[in-house]
Amino acid sequence: MRARVHVTLKNGVLDPQGKAIEHALGALGFGGVQDVRQGKVIEFQLAESDPKKARAEVEAMCEKLLANTVIENYAIELNG
Amino acid sequence: MKAAVIVFPGSNADRDAQVALRQSMGSEPLMVWHKDSDFDKVDLIVLPGGFSYGDYLRCGAMAAHSPVMKEVVARAGKGVAVLGICNGFQILAEAGLVPGTLMRNANLRFVCRDVMIKVETSQSLFTAKYEQGQPIRIPVAHHDGNYYADDDTLAALEDRGQIAFRYCDAGGRVTPEANPNGSQHNIAGVYNETKTVLGLMPHPERLADPKLGGDDGRPMFDGLVEALS
Repeated sequence: MRARVHVTLKNGVLDPQGKAIEHALGALGFGGVQDVRQGKVIEFQLAESDPKKARAEVEAMCEKLLANTVIENYAIELNG
Repeated sequence: MKAAVIVFPGSNADRDAQVALRQSMGSEPLMVWHKDSDFDKVDLIVLPGGFSYGDYLRCGAMAAHSPVMKEVVARAGKGVAVLGICNGFQILAEAGLVPGTLMRNANLRFVCRDVMIKVETSQSLFTAKYEQGQPIRIPVAHHDGNYYADDDTLAALEDRGQIAFRYCDAGGRVTPEANPNGSQHNIAGVYNETKTVLGLMPHPERLADPKLGGDDGRPMFDGLVEALS
C-alpha cells in the first residue's frame, strides 16, 4: 500500500516562507495570489495491506515524527 | 559536578560547550556519542548547537528520536539538569522536554551576531549567578530560532515564570526592534515546569572567555557548577 502524508501549518501560525513565495509570485506578475502556505508531502510504501491498520500506523508516524503537532496539521492518503 | 555533552552527527558547538564546561568545572565533561544510550551518571547534560542530522524533516526532529535522547528524557524526568543550546533547544522542543517549537526566522535570514538578552529570573540552576533583569550580551547563529507556542501555552509560560531570557536592547528594554527572529514575546529561552531543563537559542558557551571577546556567558556555567556540586 502506498501512503502519502500532507503536512501543513495550522491556521494562525505565521508562515514567513509562504509570504516570501507570495511576494515572489507577485513580482513575477502573477496577480491576485493570496494566503500562500507552504507545506510538505511525504510518500512511502507500506507492507500493511489492511487499510484500517495502515491508517492507524501512519497516524502514529505523524504524531511521533512526521509532523510537529504544535504547529502542523497532517492529512493521510492511502492507495492500493 | 559531572557533566556530559551529547554529540550528534552534525553537532558543531559540542567542543565549545566542552571548553566552557572545562573552564568552570576544572575537570573534563564526558563527550557522549548519540548512539551511546548508556553513559555514566552525571548532574548536567548539555545538548549542543549545530545541525544535527542536517536539519532533515525539521530542526531537531531526528535527534529527538535518537537512542541517546530516550535516556536524556528519562534522566530529565528524574530531575537531572539539561541545557539545550540552539540546535539543542530545537531538540528539547521536538522531544517535548520544553514547550513550544522553533520556526524559520521571520525575516527568513540566517542571523549570526551578538544580541542582548534579558535574564528574567535569577531563581534557577542556570541563572543564579546573574541578576534578575540583567541584560547580557550573547551571540546567536541560527536560521530557525523563531519561538512559537499557542496562546494558552504562552499564557501558562508567563504565569509560571518559565520564560528564561528575552531579546532586549542594551538598556534591557524588550522591544520589537531587539527581536532578531520574530519570536513570540521576544522569547530567547524557556524552562520546563520544574526549571531543571533550559532551552535557549543564544550561545553562552561561545562568550565565556574574555579572550574571545566577552564572558557574559560564563556565569551560567559557573552557576551550574556551584548549584550542582
